[in-house]
Amino acid sequence: MPPPPVRSPSRLLLCHCRLPFHISPQTRLPLSHNSSVRRRFHCSAVSAVSALSSDPQIAPTDLTTTPPSSHILSIRESLLSRRRTAADVAGEYLDRLRRTEPHIRSFLHVSETTMREAEEVDRLVASGKDLGPLAGVLVGVKDNICTAGMPSTGGSRILEGYRPPFDATAVRKLKEAGAIVIGKTNMDEFGMGSTTEGSGFQVTANPWDISRVPGGSSGGSAAAVSAKQCVVSLGSDTGGSVRQPASFCGVVGLKPTYGRVSRFGLMAYASSLDVIGCFGASVIDSAIVLNVVSGHDRFDSTSSTHEVPDYASFLMSTDHFESTPLKGLKVGMIRETIGDGVDVGVISSIKAAALHLEELGATITEVSLPSFSLGLPAYYVLASSEASSNLSRYDGVRYGNRATVDELNSLYGDSRADGLGPEVKMRILMGTYALSAGYYDAYYKRAQQVRTLIRKSFKDALEKMDILVSPAVPSPAYKIGEKVNDPLAMYAGDIMTVNVNLAGLPALVVPCGFVEGGSAGLPVGLQMIGSSFSEEKLLRIGHIFEQTLPNYRFVPPLL
Amino acid sequence: MALIFHRGIIANSQFFSRSSGVLFRRLRASRSCTSARGEGTANTLKEELIQVAPKRALEPNTHGFEAIIGIETHVQLFTLTKAFCSCPYVYGSRPNTTICPVCMGHPGTLPVLNSKVVEFAVKLGLALNCGLSMTSKFDRKHYFYPDLPKGYQISQFDIPIATKGFIDVDLPVEFGGGHRRFGITRVHMEEDAGKLLHSETGSYSQVDLNRAGVPLLEIVSEPDMRSGLEAAEYAAEIQRLVRFLGISNGNMQEGSLRCDVNVSVRPIGQSKFGTKVEIKNMNSFSAMSRAIDYEISRQVLLHSLGQSDQIFQETRLWEEGAQKTFTMRKKEGLADYRYFPEPDLPEVVLTKEFVDKLCQGLPELPEAKRRRYEKMDLAMQDVLFLANDNHVAEFFDASLENGADPKLAANWIMGDISAFLKNERLSITEIKLTPFELSELIASIKNGTISGKIGKEILFELLAKGGTVQSLIEEKDLVQASLIFLIVDPAAIEALVDKVLAANPKQLEQYRAGKTRLQGFFAGQVMKESKGKANPLVLNKILGVKLKGES
Repeated sequence: MPPPPVRSPSRLLLCHCRLPFHISPQTRLPLSHNSSVRRRFHCSAVSAVSALSSDPQIAPTDLTTTPPSSHILSIRESLLSRRRTAADVAGEYLDRLRRTEPHIRSFLHVSETTMREAEEVDRLVASGKDLGPLAGVLVGVKDNICTAGMPSTGGSRILEGYRPPFDATAVRKLKEAGAIVIGKTNMDEFGMGSTTEGSGFQVTANPWDISRVPGGSSGGSAAAVSAKQCVVSLGSDTGGSVRQPASFCGVVGLKPTYGRVSRFGLMAYASSLDVIGCFGASVIDSAIVLNVVSGHDRFDSTSSTHEVPDYASFLMSTDHFESTPLKGLKVGMIRETIGDGVDVGVISSIKAAALHLEELGATITEVSLPSFSLGLPAYYVLASSEASSNLSRYDGVRYGNRATVDELNSLYGDSRADGLGPEVKMRILMGTYALSAGYYDAYYKRAQQVRTLIRKSFKDALEKMDILVSPAVPSPAYKIGEKVNDPLAMYAGDIMTVNVNLAGLPALVVPCGFVEGGSAGLPVGLQMIGSSFSEEKLLRIGHIFEQTLPNYRFVPPLL
Repeated sequence: MALIFHRGIIANSQFFSRSSGVLFRRLRASRSCTSARGEGTANTLKEELIQVAPKRALEPNTHGFEAIIGIETHVQLFTLTKAFCSCPYVYGSRPNTTICPVCMGHPGTLPVLNSKVVEFAVKLGLALNCGLSMTSKFDRKHYFYPDLPKGYQISQFDIPIATKGFIDVDLPVEFGGGHRRFGITRVHMEEDAGKLLHSETGSYSQVDLNRAGVPLLEIVSEPDMRSGLEAAEYAAEIQRLVRFLGISNGNMQEGSLRCDVNVSVRPIGQSKFGTKVEIKNMNSFSAMSRAIDYEISRQVLLHSLGQSDQIFQETRLWEEGAQKTFTMRKKEGLADYRYFPEPDLPEVVLTKEFVDKLCQGLPELPEAKRRRYEKMDLAMQDVLFLANDNHVAEFFDASLENGADPKLAANWIMGDISAFLKNERLSITEIKLTPFELSELIASIKNGTISGKIGKEILFELLAKGGTVQSLIEEKDLVQASLIFLIVDPAAIEALVDKVLAANPKQLEQYRAGKTRLQGFFAGQVMKESKGKANPLVLNKILGVKLKGES
């Protein structure tokens, strides 16, 4: 982050310590229904900040009060100032990756050319040529996003060893901006799952507690950013696959508006819902990545021609925002997301986050989305239907694994039986059923009608409110294996996120608190939902929220 | 192609000539209706056809049964690139050389619609008198086959781009002629699949995806055809239409025009359709006609033997060698293609301006051409010939624009020019003769500058080497003056006539006594005297006057 304009010592402190936003425990208590757990987390930090507020001249020593900063901008700054080389940066990340990967297992493939590409960036720096906005930035790419010459399996055995002949548009744009693809991240097979346990290859662990899942399906991408194995990463979000793991791993996760980012090169799961999203350690980093990957693509007719604003530039100026920078902002808290079936710790974290928004000047109102609960079944019908169609191409004829058989029907049957995992098979069966003659109207068509209702209810709510907020997930990260045999419980975890995909809206998940679990607590993410193509607004609010959120440091204990 | 087809019919179904009287009457009736175009007349016409159909079925070889025929035609569009990617398609390319990740169905690839496909579909829809769906969409049709890369075909299901049209057809004169109007149910856009190449031994098959993703228009007809001839003429008219529109080469051998025919037979008077059988693998109109007539006979035979339960809903292949249809596969219930809207492609929205522009740009279509030529008092045979090929029609029309007499131009084109084309295996666009020179040639003969015989010689020069009529006449004049120089000077001819009359007083007397046939004798004598160089028109004119002794 560039240094803020120095007007007075207190201004300087404002951006570094966010003191004006700090509320003492006394004033906070009656407002929030905090659990004791939450308060306990606060204690040390609160006292540190309180000490600071009593003596603003003392620079903060406790790192817990440092707001997340942009890793992308700091790398850029070090390269431009020649303090560090891209090779140094790459070396640091690769060392950490090698150290942590045996525990976390977020990568299905690690690039062998990272150092060489970093040296290339250094030559560019030396030559004084213009650097792309992501020069020297190491990016993890979810394995269902095609990378030329690098394995891309979508987490499926049926594509084991498959190397696409082209880069996905998002990857091409990242590379053109100077980014280095460090590797391909683990995921639930073809995006179907919420834990990475559905991967055909390995299970990724949550850096906050390696006995827990990182979420999914983009679990590898979230865990890799959380564990600083890479700077930022790409994921994909069909029903929450970016937002849920962002919440579980304590990172920022952005699901853009449907059509904002080209899907060309993203292995289709449910084409009408799929969106490429990104993970970062800060809102700024997510904004910079979104900036690079957004825009119309002639290879994707569903990509939008809507103008791409500079999502990142205006975030800098918020370094010197007012004491109530969100004044006048109308925030709707979705009533259906803070009731039954939602972890009490999660609810209190979200309510505390809402209070924090209020302190920033926003007004919080509870809003009801009556069709909310219909989203889950409608989502599973539509996503499975589209998946049953999209996955037809994995037949072993042109690429991927082919069974050795003599007869055509067995070629199809055996290649797919061997290559696809149980969750994928289940969804193909469900989708095939839903699209069958005689059932189409009862399932697919009806789900489309529900989708229209959901779209409308969001539209109505977002006409009254600037943004809507909810938890990203009803619970914190659960144990590996805990829900493997209970698919319905796993599906229920998507309740907070699927509606947003059905409506095609953008949503940003920002870490907002912790609940008890693991050695250092488990992160909870706040989901902010905006109207179509309002990413700019979401990122601005998210940035202010994140930079002013007191007392949390979302760095997992593993590091 | 049309000629081959006619011969085929003569060989196989003699009964058409017998039915010609009936067909002809229907032609007259239809003609009066078509003069006023519109939905209303289309309906009455269809009813009329249905009423007339039983008359046909009374013919001996259908034994009280009538055939119901519907046709699905796939027209491969010759756009520069495929329907959803930028690969070219060239028939006969080496296998798997015009493919890319998109048409191979690689993971992550998406279709992007080629706008030319929509343009061509709209043109065909308009030409087939269809209603257009201003908003239509694509759907996925699912089935597994190795030539189908994605496991689904991008097609249009419940909202095709064009529906409810008709096509007007003139049956060949040699089969009694007749005008028919066949209903068009729908036209929709879709993509072609690849091809499987089976090894000789059958132990393996190879996949060629060159054709995968090539744009197709599927035209579904109403079940309005009643015979192989009608079906073949329907298909031939579709071929003419797509060629006139410039949207496909319509080549059956290359598979650019493929017809799947549904045939069923029912006793006359029964309203319920019989079991329908699909016939495939006919790669000429002649084969189509024969295959259908064979299939009708087969089904009629089963009906008359009381074995109609032996007619199965199945797909049969036409075997050219055996001149028979054979079972390819029996249908096990209805295939469930699990259609659903293609989420990767936005809806196809047509604007009124777009449609209007295409409508204004439509060329004159075969039916309109035939009606126009008919009004020129050309024989129906000539009308059908000229309007059969758009290049021939263009040549003919261009000659007329230069003032050529329609009948004479038609005669030259259908006679010597088309014989030359056939011998040299050329198309009319490849010859050196221009329509302008043809009209000059016709004018030169008409005004007596050259004789018909000389005209023919000049024509072949023009066809083979090009040049102008004027320069050839002059050139010949210099090189072979004795052969082609004509005496046109009336005074010179008059002198010759006087000489001949004086030398044959006896014949002159007989002529003046009433034996006017002798004019030919005198003309011959004068021509002989001129060594063949006297202009015959001038000669006859002067001779006539002199013989009558009027001057």
